Amino acid sequence: MFRDPRLARISARFAGLGLCVVLAACEPGILNPAGPIAAGERSIFFNALAVMLAIVVPVIVLAFAFGWWFRAGNTRAKHLPEWAYSGRLELLVWSIPALAIMFLGGIAWIGSHDLDPPKPIASKAKTMTVEVVATDWKWLFLYPEQGIATINRLVVPVGTPVKFRITSAGVMNSFFVPQLGSQIYAMSGMDSTLHLRADRTGRYRGLSAHYSGEGFADMNFFVDAVPQGAFDRFVATAKAGQGKTLDWNEFVAMARPSRNVRPASYPRLQPGLYDRIVMKNGAPEGEQAKDGREQ
Amino acid sequence: MSFTGKLGWDSIPFQEPLPLVSAAVIGAVLLGVFVWVWRRGHLPYLWKEWITSVDHKRIGVMYCLLAGVMLLRGFSDALLMRSQQAIAYGNGGYLPPDHYDQIFSAHGTIMIFFVAMPFMIGLMNFVVPLQLGVRDVAFPTLNSVSFWLTCSGALLINMSLVIGEFAKTGWLVYPPLSELRFSPGVGVDYYLWALQISGMGTLLSGVNLVTTILKMRAPGMGYSRMPMFTWTSLASNLLIVASFPVLTAVLAMLILDRYLGFHFFTPEAGGNQMMFVNLIWAWGHPEVYILILPAFGVFSEIISTFSSKPLFGYRSMVIATMVICILSFMVWLHHFFTMGAGADVNGFFGITTMIIAVPTGVKVFNWLFTMYGGRIRYTSMMLWSIGFIVTFVIGGMTGVMLAVPPADFVLHNSLFLVAHFHNVIIGGVLFGAFAGFTFWFPKMFGFTLDERWGKRAFWLWLSGFYLAFMPLYVLGLMGMTRRMQHYDVPGWHPWLIAAGLGALLILAGIGCQIMMLYVSIRTRKDRIDESGDPWDGRTLEWITTSPPPAFNFAVLPDVKGEEAYWGIKAKARENRRLSDRPDYEPIEMPRNSPTGIVSAFFATAMGFALIWHIWWLVILGFFGAWGTFIVFAWRDKAEYEIPVEEVERLDQARRRSKATLLDLPEEALS
Repeated sequence: MFRDPRLARISARFAGLGLCVVLAACEPGILNPAGPIAAGERSIFFNALAVMLAIVVPVIVLAFAFGWWFRAGNTRAKHLPEWAYSGRLELLVWSIPALAIMFLGGIAWIGSHDLDPPKPIASKAKTMTVEVVATDWKWLFLYPEQGIATINRLVVPVGTPVKFRITSAGVMNSFFVPQLGSQIYAMSGMDSTLHLRADRTGRYRGLSAHYSGEGFADMNFFVDAVPQGAFDRFVATAKAGQGKTLDWNEFVAMARPSRNVRPASYPRLQPGLYDRIVMKNGAPEGEQAKDGREQ
Repeated sequence: MSFTGKLGWDSIPFQEPLPLVSAAVIGAVLLGVFVWVWRRGHLPYLWKEWITSVDHKRIGVMYCLLAGVMLLRGFSDALLMRSQQAIAYGNGGYLPPDHYDQIFSAHGTIMIFFVAMPFMIGLMNFVVPLQLGVRDVAFPTLNSVSFWLTCSGALLINMSLVIGEFAKTGWLVYPPLSELRFSPGVGVDYYLWALQISGMGTLLSGVNLVTTILKMRAPGMGYSRMPMFTWTSLASNLLIVASFPVLTAVLAMLILDRYLGFHFFTPEAGGNQMMFVNLIWAWGHPEVYILILPAFGVFSEIISTFSSKPLFGYRSMVIATMVICILSFMVWLHHFFTMGAGADVNGFFGITTMIIAVPTGVKVFNWLFTMYGGRIRYTSMMLWSIGFIVTFVIGGMTGVMLAVPPADFVLHNSLFLVAHFHNVIIGGVLFGAFAGFTFWFPKMFGFTLDERWGKRAFWLWLSGFYLAFMPLYVLGLMGMTRRMQHYDVPGWHPWLIAAGLGALLILAGIGCQIMMLYVSIRTRKDRIDESGDPWDGRTLEWITTSPPPAFNFAVLPDVKGEEAYWGIKAKARENRRLSDRPDYEPIEMPRNSPTGIVSAFFATAMGFALIWHIWWLVILGFFGAWGTFIVFAWRDKAEYEIPVEEVERLDQARRRSKATLLDLPEEALS
């Protein structure tokens, strides 16, 4: 239909945009999972919703029905001015919610264990480790196995389970990629574990889901889930880059407050840096207080 | 160290016109009100009858007034946030982060501590002694102190608008962000001292009401005969007594961190930020039940009254209330499943959280069965109640969904969460407060509120609520997190515009409520409540006049069953006469005292001085407040006597109005 591919792309984009406004589910979000964790969480979300709706909808209908039928002017309605107790109904009103909650409680208990963030994802591919450091106000990703690091851009091979180790250089944040699933707080001095996997190639939005100060709104990043070959090329390109080695001093410098930081990468990574950041409770105070903050 | 501590001319944000202009407008309005009151010669009346009053009814009314005024402030913040987010797609909007962050922090703090809390405490203060059939709360002067300390906190928060800044940390000041290293300004200090002072007031108020309910009931008013609102008030105040010390302690620890270099919550030097999160929610979760339980009580009274039926399943309701009261202390961890506590801990707290839905569900069903077989009169209060049932079950549903840890892993801190808690707090607490205020307004002032404007307000609030918050559920599912000053996702924009329009509808609803008050006051002569029982009530507050005399009841009522007043009314109808004319006696009532406002004045000065490190004023404020207490403790006369003739005259008038209400002949009075 469109000769010019650019025009086709633009019109496709517009059509997609219009559709997204109509259907929230098509907007990249938690209802549009790209990996097993997010998919599991979506099905738990829908299960819980269904169980709850089974009670909530009748209650709403009853509220309208009783409210309408027993209005003061309706002479046909039964009038029970003294009726205030019925053992059978009491039993019923205690047991309906109790049964629903027993069922949901089971979902919650099993789900908590199945989708526990530190639990490794069973997979043929070998798990890769990425270390995540939340700094003011950008994300630092360390690839200890590849010896590189990136800022505000995370590249992972599709189908490979990733073990994230998460900490913070200062204040609390929350590492969250809605389409991949679970978030976990990033806290200084703490080393939290989260396992995720991307099963579809694509670019996914990541963000901090815990308010962390003035630059918070720009604390976004992209996750690129790419085939293994493309991932290897990405590592090679990063290694060939011109930047400095990410060592402790460089980390302290980059951890200073800055906003709206463009994605960047470090060609070399000092081994053990992440553990040092955890042990030192993030970046030291003297270096950070200099700029950015209020008086 | 200077005379004014950290305070200087540079503390006033001259570069930001918005807070200065709004503060100037507020100041001008307050000054105008003051001048008007002064010129009309009402000042002595205000001082004698209200400001220094220790009457639980007057204090209750003032609490509600404080809540109403602060609702306007908190709602202005909401309008600013909604408009900012409706605009700030792909640009910075009109509120810089520095400013926006203060606004959402202030919005949460004000709405919880200075709107929802005083509204509920005000209703409890006003109603509980009346429902119990007693003359005042256990400690009347302490009650006044509680109220004025709450005002101190509200005043300090509002001062931060023009002097310095407010916290930019969110309404629960999580460290390390709230520590001196990351928030060196005075904003967090304003938060801390405002809440320490008002929290003290809340705690004292809780002690007062618990004592009143446990120790001061009319003869025959056993626990199994207490009205539902009193039961929920008991539960709520027990929660206050148990949980507010936790808040005081955790804020004190943060104060020690910030003022004296302690390390309770700083990861450097061995502190632990997770401890703060645990402690603040150990208070914070009971807090939401402190708010919602009295609202449940309000709806129980209203649904039963306007269905002209007793409350269905009274015992179940009492048990459900107390189960909620206990369980609310066992669920706090669900506020941070994402901190990584592990599957067993998360699963446990997820299940305890869901269990609370059982007694809550029982309550909802019992309200429905209260309506069943009734003759429902559709006043605005009944509309609020049905609006509440429908809205609250939706909020409860999303709450249970958030209680499933794996679902929470993707919904935590998202706008889905924001929509959920507004769903239960607006649809539950605020609707309850409005319904209760309309319900008891004639008892407070002796005339009813205009129903036309009241119903308009209801429909606008209801539709505004749905338009403002249903889009936030969708946005949460799209992965939008809370507290974003701007964003660049095109799909979010239309939903945020819709939410902004919803806020405008709510604004119109508030406008209708102001009109309702204005119209009702203008036409009060036509809407006087002669009988003291405008809704065909069932509990003891309706047996006395509207407004009640200072002593509430000339003779304490003799309670013979549940729904004490309903029984007395039925008996009078049956016998065609009122109860025997009692032997009147003079009544001793507590004297008014300026202790509350004077100690709160010194507490405000001390809080302000602590915020700005003005140490001499801290010492002065402390000794001033302490001295006020000493003066009160050494008072010579604590009570005054209402002569028997006055008691008799007032009660005879009341009996005549009851005889008229029940259509009894004149001789029925004797």
